[in-house]
Amino acid sequence: MSETSHGTGTGPTQRNAEIGVALLTLLFGLIVVYGSYLVGFGWGADGPQAGFFPFYVGIAICVCSLINLAQGLRENPADLFAEWSQLRQVLKVLVPTTIYCLMVEPLGIYLPSILLIAVFMKWLGKYSWPLTAAIAIGVPAAFYLVFEKWFLIPLPKGPVEALLGL
Amino acid sequence: MFDNFVNLWHGFAVAGDPFNILLMVVGILLGVIIGVLPGLGGANGVAILLPLTFSMSPTSAIILLSCIYWGALFGGAITSVLFNIPGEPWSVATTFDGHPMARQGKAGEALTAAFTSSFVGAFVAILMITLVAPLVAAFALRFGPAEKFAVYFLAFCSFVGMSKEPPAKTIVSMMIGFALAAVGLDMVTGQLRLTFGSEELLNGFDFLIAVIGLFGIGEILLTMEEGLEFRGKSAKIDAKVVLRTWASLPRYWATSIRSCIIGCWMGITPAGATPASFMAYGIAKRVSKNGKNFGNGEIEGVVAPETAAHAAGTSALLPMLALGVPGSPTAAVLLGGLLIWGLQPGPMLFVEQKDFVWGLIASMYLGNVVGLIVVLTTVPLFAAILRIPFSIIAPVILVICAIGAYTVNNNVFDVVMMLVFGVLGYVLKKTNYPLAPLVLAIVLGDSAEEAFRQSLLASGGSIGIFWSNPLVSTIMGLGLVAALYPMISNLLSRLRSPQPA
Repeated sequence: MSETSHGTGTGPTQRNAEIGVALLTLLFGLIVVYGSYLVGFGWGADGPQAGFFPFYVGIAICVCSLINLAQGLRENPADLFAEWSQLRQVLKVLVPTTIYCLMVEPLGIYLPSILLIAVFMKWLGKYSWPLTAAIAIGVPAAFYLVFEKWFLIPLPKGPVEALLGL
Repeated sequence: MFDNFVNLWHGFAVAGDPFNILLMVVGILLGVIIGVLPGLGGANGVAILLPLTFSMSPTSAIILLSCIYWGALFGGAITSVLFNIPGEPWSVATTFDGHPMARQGKAGEALTAAFTSSFVGAFVAILMITLVAPLVAAFALRFGPAEKFAVYFLAFCSFVGMSKEPPAKTIVSMMIGFALAAVGLDMVTGQLRLTFGSEELLNGFDFLIAVIGLFGIGEILLTMEEGLEFRGKSAKIDAKVVLRTWASLPRYWATSIRSCIIGCWMGITPAGATPASFMAYGIAKRVSKNGKNFGNGEIEGVVAPETAAHAAGTSALLPMLALGVPGSPTAAVLLGGLLIWGLQPGPMLFVEQKDFVWGLIASMYLGNVVGLIVVLTTVPLFAAILRIPFSIIAPVILVICAIGAYTVNNNVFDVVMMLVFGVLGYVLKKTNYPLAPLVLAIVLGDSAEEAFRQSLLASGGSIGIFWSNPLVSTIMGLGLVAALYPMISNLLSRLRSPQPA
């Protein structure tokens, strides 16, 4: 799936995606089986051990993943999972969102939210600066009022909020 | 039986409190907004708002949350009819005839028909809950661990059998849910399992985070793929249109009754509203004398799926209340909420928390009446919300999801977890793995495991306990039939009509 193409109508195939997902779930099943093995999956002094139930769950995941893998291999190789252009659209959302989620830890929720909304409106929506600024600052401010003032639920804050004394 | 009506009367007194009525209106409005916006649906909308209700009394909180659910059920119809975009999976069948009607300029009629039949479906389902739920609960009081596990078994088997996805995929998605539920501290032995030394996983995976990620972020990513444009028909609903449509609806009484029955049945067995709406549409198309015209804007084609979807969505609460087994992802989230408030859903709830149960049931009656009035009067408002460009609404929804994920446990790590679930949801959805069983398995995993282990303890490790008495054998047998139903029906139809060679 590493080839790049600029034409429309190409992209990773549904077949490869199905196979990939089946392999991932198989891996997940093996991890679960291994984890259950670590804590013991047999019959202990006081009944079933901690790994008893997850062990069989893991086995079921592995067996069904293999079935799905076999089904995936029979899939028509011409069907597309998504076109590259569509995946680019998805990445345009996914990349800023990932950065956003990682920024919440050090910076709190407000500043990253302002940036996220601003980036979306400016980059994807091509709105003017005043409108972008109004919504990007207004929405988090509204959340601040609703959560912290009305429902008294503190949201994560970072150094900037501390500076402002909020 | 008479007791129940007295209880219900008391329930109306609780639900009819002005503050609770206000909560209903707020809940319905929020619910419709949630149902209308892409990336927010009944399940994750309720999940996000759940932490806001922790300071309320459980009865008020459940009224607010269940009204959000009714609102989301109503809201799905608006996007289906006006924009040809089903806001919720169960409103896909509504687009078939609803949107053609809107293109012919009959959006008002289509919406009135959709809302009214939703109301009828829900109302019949609530009547059924009122009459049947106490009986089921009384019956379930006799259940031991083996019977409890058998009920869970039946619930998950019906997913395998009813789902239109391949059984192996349904099972994988369900088992992933069970595995995620098992992560963390084992309640019985006090051992840590499947954490692999990670501190963040000590408490396991919270299903609310999973719901917000899978349905919220995943849905946004799917929407992005389709592009950013919404092009919709405008709708005007005035009293004249409503009255005219209402006058024409009684003609479809047979379709309504049929759809109610399908919906109630499919809602109780946890197959859910989506297949119910398709089934009702399909049957109405076959039976109706206007069947040929279905798909070109036939009002009966709106009535059938909407009635069934709402009947199913509402009756999904019956097993949740009476047995502790939710019939839909949203019901699962409501069940999670009940657990957080310290209320254990199941047969004992009807004995110990009479006020709560009957207050909730009474609020279903009132909530749906309030809902019908609210949606009929506010449709233009919601259509306007849909015209807000996606590049503004998408980041706002992402922020709401992040705040929702954070407030569940006041944990920043959950925001990252939500994103992981979001990507997972997108990929699984694209490869046709059903998400509902995954969510239900995370919610029910611990209870199912506990019931399973307790039964095995009682029997000394013999699986035979699940076939040890007529009651448990019947439930297990029903489960097997449900799981193998596609194969059985396939076989039957082959026996009946030998295929031409």
